[in-house]
Amino acid sequence: MQTAIDNKITDQKAHSAEEVVRIEHLSKAFGTHTVLKDINLHLSKGENLIVMGKSGTGKSVLIKCMVGLMEPDSGSICIFGQSVPDLDEKELNDVRKKIGFLFQSAALYDSMTVRENLEFPLRDDKEIKSGERAKMVEEVLNNVGLLEAIDKMPSELSGGMRKRIGLARTLIQRPDIILYDEPTTGLDPITSREISHLIVDIQKKYGSAALIITHDLDCARITGNRVILLDEGLVIAEGSYDDLKDSNDERVRDFFK
Amino acid sequence: MTADKATAHHTADSSQEKDISKPTGVKALLIEVAGMTHFSGRFFKEAFLPPYELNEFLKQSYLIGNKSLPLVGITAFIMGLVFTMQSQPTLAKFGATSWLPAMVSVAMIREISPVITALICAGKVGSGIGAELASMRVTEQIDAMEVAGNRPFKYIVVSKIAATIFMVPLLVIFADGIALIGSYLGVNLSGHTAFNVFFGHVFNKLDFIDVFPAFVKTFFFGFAIGMISCYKGYNSNEGTEGVGRAANSAVVIASLAIFIIDMIAVQVANLFN
Repeated sequence: MQTAIDNKITDQKAHSAEEVVRIEHLSKAFGTHTVLKDINLHLSKGENLIVMGKSGTGKSVLIKCMVGLMEPDSGSICIFGQSVPDLDEKELNDVRKKIGFLFQSAALYDSMTVRENLEFPLRDDKEIKSGERAKMVEEVLNNVGLLEAIDKMPSELSGGMRKRIGLARTLIQRPDIILYDEPTTGLDPITSREISHLIVDIQKKYGSAALIITHDLDCARITGNRVILLDEGLVIAEGSYDDLKDSNDERVRDFFK
Repeated sequence: MTADKATAHHTADSSQEKDISKPTGVKALLIEVAGMTHFSGRFFKEAFLPPYELNEFLKQSYLIGNKSLPLVGITAFIMGLVFTMQSQPTLAKFGATSWLPAMVSVAMIREISPVITALICAGKVGSGIGAELASMRVTEQIDAMEVAGNRPFKYIVVSKIAATIFMVPLLVIFADGIALIGSYLGVNLSGHTAFNVFFGHVFNKLDFIDVFPAFVKTFFFGFAIGMISCYKGYNSNEGTEGVGRAANSAVVIASLAIFIIDMIAVQVANLFN
């Protein structure tokens, strides 16, 4: 029997070339310090886009603007054709429900068990009955390989496990877009590689688009379909991982050394 | 821009702007007052609109009441006992020892018990809420709820403020009772007074005007404790250092607010007296 998730996956694969995010002329400054200057990018359905750049180049600011946690100074952010800065609270929450956000720290709710953490994003969906909710929790935990941690508290989990549970929490909402904020930071090379492969598996299974912010070249190589490089608030290079690695631009070469 | 987005933008943006343009002095005070006014307005707006977070409200009420019960009980008992022992010799000099139960009950129920209980709650509950919310802000848990479309303000803030509004008056009633028991034991340390005689004096001398304003002001105390501690925690944006600062300022400002509310309550009660 086909589950709701399977139906969604089929539907997502059917529209794989559809553009889901378009950002044009985006800029953001804090006081006199301009973090993002005239950023333009797009993301298509089923694509993994890597955003790389030195610390302080505004990568996290970019994805926070995308989900309305920060307001851009100018430019447009369109997600599923809707201009995010112009949405009211209800419209913004509706758009946010289509976006999964994996925070750098995983941001698990300390006072809740893993099961409660995963059920929390579904609490407003009255159509999902408790039995179905329990099944969904088990399914996403299976997908990230951590079903045995279901009744643990976040404090009992390792860094890698927290990242996986954080990822499971974003997946349970069946997002069309997943934003990863440095998914492998702070992890050992083996766990980093596992997380990177998990991101690829999720893209294949769910057909979701992903914007991945990372400094980790290994993660970018494994997960990225396309890479853009930010420097001083500007996109200085765009292409496949191999294109950028072999670039003649000194700033790009420095980054890939 | 919506209130929800405004707060989110304010908190996220301000963490990076803090070193650039941090207001000081009167301007900072006015910004703080405006921020608290907006925060209170948002609480009242969201508190009366469905969906209601009844389970979280009951959980918070239990935690706040349960956490504070032993401390409030012990403090109230000692207050009643000590107040009685300190007053007894002075009243004896004027041959007015029989007025002791009435004096203790009026002083305790009208003033001492509500204010001391509220101050204990400001210290224990206020600091806890301030630190918890600031820590959730620092670890991006509030942002995570926000981006998942889970309305963190309603879930965290509204339920916590409603719980303090509900529990502080109950704790004050509990403290009143324990303080009177302490007073009764204090009277019996230097003589013997029957239980029914002591409490007969207590209730004979208490009027509606003694009890009602004292009870009403405890709701305002509860609101001040909840609102200020949630405001300081929810808007904390200075990393781990900000967690301690939020807890500390929640206690200091809530304590000050309790005295200001008490002063206003006394003036209002006197108008009707």
